[in-house]
Amino acid sequence: MRPTAPLTLLTAAVVAAGTLTACGGSGSDRNTVKVAFIKDTNSRVTVRDDYIKLVARQFEKANPGKKVRLIPIQASENDYYTKIQQMMRSPKTAPDVVYEDTFLINSDIEAGLLRPLDSYIGKWDDWSQFETTAKTAAKAQDGRTYGVPDGTDTRGLWFNKNIFEKAGLPADWRPRTWDEVLETARTIKRKVPGVIPLNVFTGKGAGEAAVMQGFEMLLYGTGDHPLYDPGAKKWVTGSKGFRDSLTFIDTVYKEKLGPEVSDALSPNIQTNVAAELLPEEKLAIDLDGSWLGQQWQKTGGGNPWPEWSTTLGQAPFPTQHGAPPGRVSLAGGWTWSVPQKSQQPDLAWKLIETLQSKRNALEWCVRGAQIAVRKDVAAEPRYRTSVPGIGFFTGLVEVSRYRPALPAYPKVASAIGEAMEAVTADDSSPDRAAKDYDEQLKSLVDGHVVARP
Amino acid sequence: MTRAAAETAGPAGRTRAAAVLRWSPLAPATVILLLFLAGPIGYCVYIAFTDTQLTGQESASFVGLANFRHAFGDAGFRNAVVLTLVFTVLSSLLGQNTLGLALAGLMRRASRPVRALTGAVVITAWVIPEIVAGFLLYSFFERRGTLNAVLEWLQLPAQNWLFTLPILAVSFANVWRGTAFSMLIYSAALSEVPQEVTESAQVDGAGGLRRLWHITLPMIRRSIGTNLMLNTLQTLSVFGLIWAMTRGGPGNRSQTLPVFMYDQAFMKSLIGYGTAVALLLLVVGALFSSVYLRLLREEV
Repeated sequence: MRPTAPLTLLTAAVVAAGTLTACGGSGSDRNTVKVAFIKDTNSRVTVRDDYIKLVARQFEKANPGKKVRLIPIQASENDYYTKIQQMMRSPKTAPDVVYEDTFLINSDIEAGLLRPLDSYIGKWDDWSQFETTAKTAAKAQDGRTYGVPDGTDTRGLWFNKNIFEKAGLPADWRPRTWDEVLETARTIKRKVPGVIPLNVFTGKGAGEAAVMQGFEMLLYGTGDHPLYDPGAKKWVTGSKGFRDSLTFIDTVYKEKLGPEVSDALSPNIQTNVAAELLPEEKLAIDLDGSWLGQQWQKTGGGNPWPEWSTTLGQAPFPTQHGAPPGRVSLAGGWTWSVPQKSQQPDLAWKLIETLQSKRNALEWCVRGAQIAVRKDVAAEPRYRTSVPGIGFFTGLVEVSRYRPALPAYPKVASAIGEAMEAVTADDSSPDRAAKDYDEQLKSLVDGHVVARP
Repeated sequence: MTRAAAETAGPAGRTRAAAVLRWSPLAPATVILLLFLAGPIGYCVYIAFTDTQLTGQESASFVGLANFRHAFGDAGFRNAVVLTLVFTVLSSLLGQNTLGLALAGLMRRASRPVRALTGAVVITAWVIPEIVAGFLLYSFFERRGTLNAVLEWLQLPAQNWLFTLPILAVSFANVWRGTAFSMLIYSAALSEVPQEVTESAQVDGAGGLRRLWHITLPMIRRSIGTNLMLNTLQTLSVFGLIWAMTRGGPGNRSQTLPVFMYDQAFMKSLIGYGTAVALLLLVVGALFSSVYLRLLREEV
């Protein structure tokens, strides 16, 4: 805002008024159902678009006279969240079906942006096919369900067997502690120059990817409930685990085991890793998600790389000192939801049913390298053999932890991202960054904190 | 009031009727201004005193001055204020303004083709949309970008300013982009300086620098004031350029107030707080403007 803002505001207001009135017509069209979803920032990756188009055609055929309008939003995750929140605030712009990250869903439920789906789910036979944990993915604190999950995901270490061979490391690598991970990275740095030894997402640019794939994979290996204490219903401050996790990040970037710091902090790092660093065999170890394979599929994947299934190995990420169960993974995922201000909730639900029918759910799991949440899909041979490594990542579900399903979580996550960025950019020591986080946390959650030194 | 009524109403009535008539063509504009200009600004001021959020909250409530108190206690906000001042002084006062004057002065002495070419190049930078300029300069300054390619070719050490000194990189970018405006203003101003005055000073034996200091600068004082004011206000509000180049990072080393405001309002969903910061930015702009206005008023 600035003193020339009046003019800008005026123009913006006029443009907005024009757009809104223009949208008014289509918003009230009773035969069109609008679906908003995130589109990959790499334009060549069209896995999700293709799948939704396929379902939309099916839906239009099964419901003559009805139309599905796709609203792909091409943006980084953070920008996507902001965009759909703004769209959902007004009935003129609200889509009828929206793709919600479980990371954000509780926050959006609290804000009254979403519609409870219990009345529909109660009449839907297929719901019994969903795994129990999946059913709770979109269950709010009020006990009602606000979304139908389309898959889940787990996290682990991906490593390049060719680079490992050059460094004299085993192809069945299985680190037992953080130190072993770092030691391996140091070996690669020594023996295979020119290769980035280890990528751990960090900072604000990568958004929730840094917080979940990077920080929380570390933090949840330091003890029980390191972030939020469900017994006390309070957020944890001052924990050693938090400082140790930041120290791990600090070590990776200070010893130059990770990507160049300016690249690591760039918002494009995720695309960079999947589209360039891994396929070009410039990165040895990547702490990343189970879905990575979808980027290299022959169609819609953007960067076809058929050799990945033999080149890349997977290993579970270890706990800090190897304490049982010895493996750490976090599970997340996305759901299909209906905004409170949708004009066509019934039609929207029908589309969700189509999206998550057994046939389409299977299709999505195979195309999107998703971990199935429907038991009947998980039992299908086509799913079990779909993507190499799917068995490995499905096996991690049993040790997977979930992020605190609370409205305040996105804000807490953003504070964690800032702490990571400060440490990575070498603006703060891990101790200092952890203290700043504690301070910020107190004001973010209105003092509902408990010290666990 | 109809024409017949106006004619019978006597002289006073007639002037009032005339006033109404004269105003009536402006009526639509006035209504639109009130609706779309005063309306949103009023709404902004209101939001700044609430705890409105984009998500994660059932309903917003009035919180008085809490957002403003939070801002002054917020290290991130204070950092943004300092960076905004550094950015404004570096790129607007020192960069655009001085460089614009120098270019305008040099171009008066240059030959016609040089003048035309320089003018075209400088103005192109000004015409390019902000976001395009942002991406251009990002690819120029980036670690694997044009500047380093050139430096490497010249066997000079590479730089990574977007990471090590981001505020300097974005300041350069803003100078590159905004100098044309100052140049145009000063070109106009310099052509208004009467030739006789300069010549008589020359006859009296005043050198180039003394002529600039004692003749030219005092005579174009008002243009300097206007230019400084417009440049500063423009620079205070630069967002797209910084967002495209650094996103305010790394850390928050290039997070000026507009970027901080966007981050709070749309990344952290704190619309209320972000709007309060926007109002504070307005205050910073007003402070600068009032200083310049005073300078303009003073007689030499």
